[in-house]
Amino acid sequence: MEEYPRQYLYLRTVRAKLFIDANFATDIDLDKIADEACFSKFHFVRLFKAIYGATPHQYLTHVRVERAKEYLADGQTVAYACFKVGFDSISSFTGLFKRRTGLTPRQFQLQRLNFKESVAAKPLHHIPGCFAEKKGWKKNSNFREVQSIDVVSEAENNESL
Amino acid sequence: MITRMNHVSIFVLDQTSTHDFYVNKLGFKVNTDAEMGPGKRWLTVNPPDQPDLEITLMLIDDGMMFNKDSAAKMRDLVKSGTFGFGVFQCDDLRATYEEMKAKGVEFTKPPTEEFYGYEALFKDDSGNWFSLGQKKAH
Repeated sequence: MEEYPRQYLYLRTVRAKLFIDANFATDIDLDKIADEACFSKFHFVRLFKAIYGATPHQYLTHVRVERAKEYLADGQTVAYACFKVGFDSISSFTGLFKRRTGLTPRQFQLQRLNFKESVAAKPLHHIPGCFAEKKGWKKNSNFREVQSIDVVSEAENNESL
Repeated sequence: MITRMNHVSIFVLDQTSTHDFYVNKLGFKVNTDAEMGPGKRWLTVNPPDQPDLEITLMLIDDGMMFNKDSAAKMRDLVKSGTFGFGVFQCDDLRATYEEMKAKGVEFTKPPTEEFYGYEALFKDDSGNWFSLGQKKAH
């Protein structure tokens, strides 16, 4: 793998990425990361971008938005998600979130909560029938949806006759 | 006409441990996580950039899919590293290898040059092995 930069530069850059992963919620000083990585900011940013396709700052924003998505999906408020991941303004967080995901934080949250509710209430709507059959879950009368599926199937069968 | 694959299954020994491995060590996203009764769980994950491919983390348990004997045999086979379930792709193998190693992932083959690119092999927490590749630019 001759074309790879020297091993230690890789290790330093990977460590910087892992540092961002672990400390994204704090007030990270990216200049300090370059210092800790023991090479110039210019070379650090260039290598980071070559490896991860984004500058350290862009990557930090990405990690923060991804973590905010998890808080929102767990039902936390937009303000909670915003401040918890290290943003300091709800309006700039909302704008950034929408530019990146196409949805406002609240729209994203409703989408995820609706999906979770659907999975909890009607799990068989999210599981391929062959697996549910093999696992014996279709025979479980605790799942009301199965009964409704059976009713629909029966009606469909009658229509086709 | 078949158009796409949307589910693939991996047989695992412990879904809680496997959830941690795929989410926290590989960086995958949970797609569907449904309780299906006491001790029964339907759990799928997907690689971050592939939300429509659900990888089902299928527990090897005694039940409809396995009987007691076949479940025990299957667990032994998985533990002993019999099954290779697929090839994952990354943009930079050396960096991904170093990151995964730092997170405690066990590799059975370090990044190595092949005709098509670079490849490493790693095992999941159950013993299933995967190829991790980076394609060469052609």
